[in-house]
Amino acid sequence: MRPAIRVENLSKCYRIGGKKRPGRNFTEVVGDTARSAWSKVRRLADSSAAEVGTEEFWALKDVSFEVPDGEVVGIIGRNGAGKSTLLKILSRIVEPTSGGAEIHGRLGSLLEVGTGFNPELTGSENIYLNGSILGMKKREIDAKFDEIVAFSEVEQFLDTPVKRYSSGMYVRLAFAVAAHLEPEVLIVDEVLAVGDAGFQQKCLNKIQSFAGAGGTVCFVSHNPIITSRYCTRGVLLESGRIVCTGAIDKVLDAYQVSSKKISTLESNSSGSRIGIIRAVWIGKSCGSKCDKMDIDEDVLIKITVQVVEPINSARVGIAVNNTLGERSFVCATYLSDYQINKLVGSSEVSLRFRLPMLVPGQYTIDVGVMDDMNHMLQHVTPVASFQIEDYKNRLLTVEDQPRVFGHVIVPATWEISRA
Amino acid sequence: MTQTTLLPSEPDLALPAAKPPAPRPITRIGPKPRWQLVDLRELWAARELLFQLARRDVSVRFKQTIFGFAWAVVPAVSTMLVFTVFLGRLGKLGEGDPLYPLFVLGGTLPWAFFSSAVAAAGNSLLNNQGLVTKVYFPRLILPLAAFGTPAVDLAIGCGLLFALMAWYGVVPTAGLVLLPLAAAVLALAAAGVGILLSALIVAQRDFRFLLGLGLQLWMFATPCIYLKPETFSDDTRALLPLNPAYGPILAFRQSILGGPIDAYALGVSALVSVLLLFVGLLYFRRTERSFADVI
Repeated sequence: MRPAIRVENLSKCYRIGGKKRPGRNFTEVVGDTARSAWSKVRRLADSSAAEVGTEEFWALKDVSFEVPDGEVVGIIGRNGAGKSTLLKILSRIVEPTSGGAEIHGRLGSLLEVGTGFNPELTGSENIYLNGSILGMKKREIDAKFDEIVAFSEVEQFLDTPVKRYSSGMYVRLAFAVAAHLEPEVLIVDEVLAVGDAGFQQKCLNKIQSFAGAGGTVCFVSHNPIITSRYCTRGVLLESGRIVCTGAIDKVLDAYQVSSKKISTLESNSSGSRIGIIRAVWIGKSCGSKCDKMDIDEDVLIKITVQVVEPINSARVGIAVNNTLGERSFVCATYLSDYQINKLVGSSEVSLRFRLPMLVPGQYTIDVGVMDDMNHMLQHVTPVASFQIEDYKNRLLTVEDQPRVFGHVIVPATWEISRA
Repeated sequence: MTQTTLLPSEPDLALPAAKPPAPRPITRIGPKPRWQLVDLRELWAARELLFQLARRDVSVRFKQTIFGFAWAVVPAVSTMLVFTVFLGRLGKLGEGDPLYPLFVLGGTLPWAFFSSAVAAAGNSLLNNQGLVTKVYFPRLILPLAAFGTPAVDLAIGCGLLFALMAWYGVVPTAGLVLLPLAAAVLALAAAGVGILLSALIVAQRDFRFLLGLGLQLWMFATPCIYLKPETFSDDTRALLPLNPAYGPILAFRQSILGGPIDAYALGVSALVSVLLLFVGLLYFRRTERSFADVI
């Protein structure tokens, strides 16, 4: 079957202003200014000509993937990974520097709600304006007008200028128009789902039902929970390149791992005394370093702390998070009977615990050190990660484990008796 | 080439073909050839958007005003009054011509159309930045839609002009049938300049200031607005139509107030306008690809 979206070796290069050399003398400043003005004039004729003092920045580099018909693909990645650039290229707003893409089917793209809404125009005038901006024909808007109005729940205010609308009404009307666009391939930015929780749900359900009806969706998101719930496939971008594609859970796992890999203790830290956590070690309680655990493994974690000034009654804790970024459990000194009286110089805090039968998958660990007033001295998130192996070889074959199976596995005792 | 397929390669499922695949439109994305002229089919497909945008501009303009559409004729009428008083009375240009106000309005009206169309088209991409960076459509729609408001203003102005003619007891001649032609050439000239400027302004805002300044000077460089053509020497009259606004404005007035149409002036101006439009379109299409990146 032909894919709905095929992207081949897509690259996009931007030129960004380089740093100005400090300490230039007057003639150099004048010379540089003149050169840069001349290069700007030249760029009017040839937008690909390089401007003086700029550097190349590849927002996307050799990105290739395919999206089969009827799939919901989530584009994930950290800020600046190239997600939005990819979306803008697929929406034909910006042109790639090289490479190309093919989209089979009527294309609809929603990068923001209410594009082109005019505050002075009334609700119904904006329905027509926004509809045609999104690519609908007047006939289609006529036919769907009542539906759009009903969906937006602003019937009473159709003849009121939208500048008098509450922000909620405004967003509802804007989304109502967008929701009645009937493309075969939909390109959506997550920011679309704005407004209160109930309305957000409505938006996401609309996207899901669109996919259920055979539409193909390309969805950019920062939110792993939403992505895992609504997407079937994922594309993980990092610095403009594809790291991983495939089933959404696999890609989310890779996302967790990649965020860990890039991170160092310092860059992932927050708090008032960053630098006191020097190292974190994780392994089995027998002492072997390991990041693959059995479902009820006995775990040992060692945290090396180094302080210049002593800290009285310090509190140390760890937290474990699942692929969706949800917290699974925490262990902390102040939740136990153990108390650290004083942290002086360099010391190693270690803790052992038995894993609480978490659903198999990738988990990350945060570590925090606080003072006795609960002020965070250093909080590293994430500091390490580990994987829980399959449970009796039964779970990993099912996609989407956290959503299907919840957080923990409870080995129940079953029986059947005649009632 | 690193091709990553999202689906693991699996054998085709042996499902009976339920329906023949309907032909689906294919969108190809990639670097475009550097020089190209207008894609008329795409432009035609977007005609409803053109209409909606023009309608938006027209209907938004006089919201929350008391005098509403009366404001549409203010630029032309105020220029007319200034010229009548300063040039006609004090400058004695209108001596012995009781119809001088009518004569001037016949020039300031099309000029007001030309200058506001050039300004609106020139700033159209910048004013619709939100659209340019968020949604795809043929970008040419924006400078074209900018002609809606000046066109409506011109129509209202013509109503005023005819009322004034009735007041002065001037009866239109058969030349009136050429009015649409004159207006069309004028629109062509404005489109050429406006489209070129809109693309230039996206890249460098300097052109915005040049646009404002240039239009002021341009009015004085179009002397048919306030002077009778008889006052120029033959040589001057041969060169003046190189200004694309000159010929159509002259013809506009002649068609309304009677008198022989200067076909030479209209023809030369029309030729210059077509040339300008060609250059403008070529440049617009050439830089269009980078609008969203540089705006």
